[in-house]
Amino acid sequence: MDKIKIRKGLDIRLAGEPSKHLESFEPTSCALKPTDFIGVTPKMHVEEGDEVKAGSVLFHNKNRENIVFTSPISGTVKAIVRGEKRAILRVVIESDGKNESIDFGASGAETVTRGEIIDKMVSSGVWTMLRQRPFATIANPADNPKHIFISMFDTAPLAPDNGYIIENQSDEFNAGIKVLSKLTDGNVYINVRKDALQADVVRRVPTWPENVVVTEFSGPHPAGNVGTQINALSPINKGEVVWYCYPQDVITIGKLFLTGRYDSTRIIAMTGAAMHNPHYYKTKIGADISPILDIEENSRVISGNVLTGTNITDDKHLCFHDSQVTVIHEGNQYKLFGWLLPVFKRFTDTNTNGDRRPYIMTGEFERVFPFDIYPMQLIKACLIKDIDQMEELGIYEVDAEDFALCEVIDPSKTPIQQIIREGLEFIRKETS
Amino acid sequence: MGLRSFIDKIKPNFEQGGKYAKFHSTFEAFETFLYTPNRVTSNGAHIRNYVDMKRNMIYVVIALIPCFLFGTWNIGYQHFLSFGESVTFWQIIGYGLLKIIPLYLVSYIVGLVIEFTFAEIRHEEVNEGYFVTGFLIPLIMPVDVPLWMLALAVAFAVIIGKEVFGGSGMNVVNPALLARAFLFFSYPSKMTGDSVWIAEKADAYSGATPLGTIFNGGSVNDLPSLMDMFVGTIPGSVGETSKIAILIGGIFLIITGVSSLRIIISTFIGAIAMSLLISDVPFYYHLLMGGFMFGTFFMATDPVTAAQTNIGKWIYGFLIGTIAILIRVANPGYPEGMMLAILLMNVFAPLIDWCVVACNIHKRKKRWAAAERRTR
Repeated sequence: MDKIKIRKGLDIRLAGEPSKHLESFEPTSCALKPTDFIGVTPKMHVEEGDEVKAGSVLFHNKNRENIVFTSPISGTVKAIVRGEKRAILRVVIESDGKNESIDFGASGAETVTRGEIIDKMVSSGVWTMLRQRPFATIANPADNPKHIFISMFDTAPLAPDNGYIIENQSDEFNAGIKVLSKLTDGNVYINVRKDALQADVVRRVPTWPENVVVTEFSGPHPAGNVGTQINALSPINKGEVVWYCYPQDVITIGKLFLTGRYDSTRIIAMTGAAMHNPHYYKTKIGADISPILDIEENSRVISGNVLTGTNITDDKHLCFHDSQVTVIHEGNQYKLFGWLLPVFKRFTDTNTNGDRRPYIMTGEFERVFPFDIYPMQLIKACLIKDIDQMEELGIYEVDAEDFALCEVIDPSKTPIQQIIREGLEFIRKETS
Repeated sequence: MGLRSFIDKIKPNFEQGGKYAKFHSTFEAFETFLYTPNRVTSNGAHIRNYVDMKRNMIYVVIALIPCFLFGTWNIGYQHFLSFGESVTFWQIIGYGLLKIIPLYLVSYIVGLVIEFTFAEIRHEEVNEGYFVTGFLIPLIMPVDVPLWMLALAVAFAVIIGKEVFGGSGMNVVNPALLARAFLFFSYPSKMTGDSVWIAEKADAYSGATPLGTIFNGGSVNDLPSLMDMFVGTIPGSVGETSKIAILIGGIFLIITGVSSLRIIISTFIGAIAMSLLISDVPFYYHLLMGGFMFGTFFMATDPVTAAQTNIGKWIYGFLIGTIAILIRVANPGYPEGMMLAILLMNVFAPLIDWCVVACNIHKRKKRWAAAERRTR
């Protein structure tokens, strides 16, 4: 097993670590949000009031018609919520409590062919869990990716412990890996952290296909980001595509082939300083978490972590890819001479701690950015939308989330993740 | 909270459509000076570090305070020394303050009026950059610089050096050094020589700086003791004489991460290497003479005008050190080379960065080409 040490980065320690205590939570409603996917324009297949099962198609992507999005639970379509310009924000399914699902047919992970795998994953909607780099869009079934990457650990603030989450699901995980290994002619990279339970899960499985490569990573965040790992193992060159997904996605894929059904179960960590009694819950993708939100006044509910998560204070539905909820205090207070006062706790609330300024300080980003890329120069290339420069400076090797730490420490308070995302989207639209 | 509610009450007057909307930037500058805003993150990461531009800038000002205090004392000390009078500590300080406060008033009033005006014209927030520039400028002037000249230099530096490029963060050369260079070339008689470094000095007393002594053919034996040069009881620009004060501030800036250790180390290496190579004066004299230390810790490290890449910073600093000593030793016109070396490298810093980034790009393209060969 290769070992790679990430030297640059920053571990942000926040209060509200989840305790290793798992509780079941059967949601009364779940939502699927087209906005969780990059470059997806939904075309609805259902109307309000329709009955659906887990695995029933809710909508497909107008830009790539064979990609369908399916219901995580059985029940009734309660609402199709629209926002500005009538764009669909979310499709809410009210649970009927029966947990019925469409049978896509079980098939052995050993014998199934690549074509069958793609068919089954696409038609069940599970395919939407596979994403690609560059651009972080849903993987294109027509591509043959250079490699597939799975980061087994999360180094983001208050991140759930994936070893704990997949502890009793190693059969499903194993099946999922076998399936994924047939999707690429390259390798399936499973990246683990030394000190965690997850290495155990990996060790327990001796029968992985030959193209599965396990690598041990250490170092501060973003060591757990798949982008960091891709860069350390096999940086993306212009024109190349790699795929990636999260450990719980692998389990869902495994279950699909073992049982023939789309099981949207997700174990999530409820975390954060403004959350009472933070611990783990077993629930469903897109669950409405309001019944389990025991939180303090004037706080922000984030689906995901504080670096890349989505503010769901209003709609309270988990986002598709997230297995973490973070609740932190809002920082909407004035502080007298706050810029001058000594600071004892670096990160407490959502205050911006300053206003937007031109870039003045240099060399700050490089301390937390473990890529062979000049971050400031790339950010500026994105700002002026110069595709040649963006490419030359390595835009294909990164995603917005890789810049989250830069954004956090930026004394000029610029929206760096948005700048990178817009740069990536600009290229994607220009070149497609 | 009386003050807060007062601000909230008058705030609408300065918003768009309010009575004093013209002064929006000015109001905002004062408001955010008093209170950090209640603004919360709206996209991207939900938390932000506590460091912002105000804090960075205030760190630099704090770091300059030892130089300011020693400079104030030294103005008085040098003045009374030239007359051979013995006076009390407070008389010395009093005289120093009398000299230095007008410099600061002119520097800040002229500079900030220009800054605020430009911010209002551009409808932008007032940038904190001038707090540092305004604090630096009096420290690198001879104490007796006429106030009208100082005002002219400040206006020139802020308008031509900074605002025409778009304000703080966009300037090519360090504005404080530009102010000094402006006077240096426009009014050389007031900026160099033996008579400008001590306030209203006695005519008979030599007011030569160590660099001036060497420049006029003196040898190491004619210089003040190393200890005096280190402590700073010598004539010179207001803030540059005490190396102790500079080190205190400089180390503070390194610890707080505001200034780049790479630049400081490489500037020292460059200077030492060059003095060993071409100078008759031992290298440690070069480090203690003139504005070398002050320039290294407070001018070369200005993040806007220095090289931005980490490798670039090593090259940039090294060249500042070597060129500064080269000018001191080989140039027949000026005794001091630090200011010119930094200004010159300010201009070349983007080129250094360009080369460093080009190497990164070249490496990436080579990898692309190799990958393409493999797939073919």
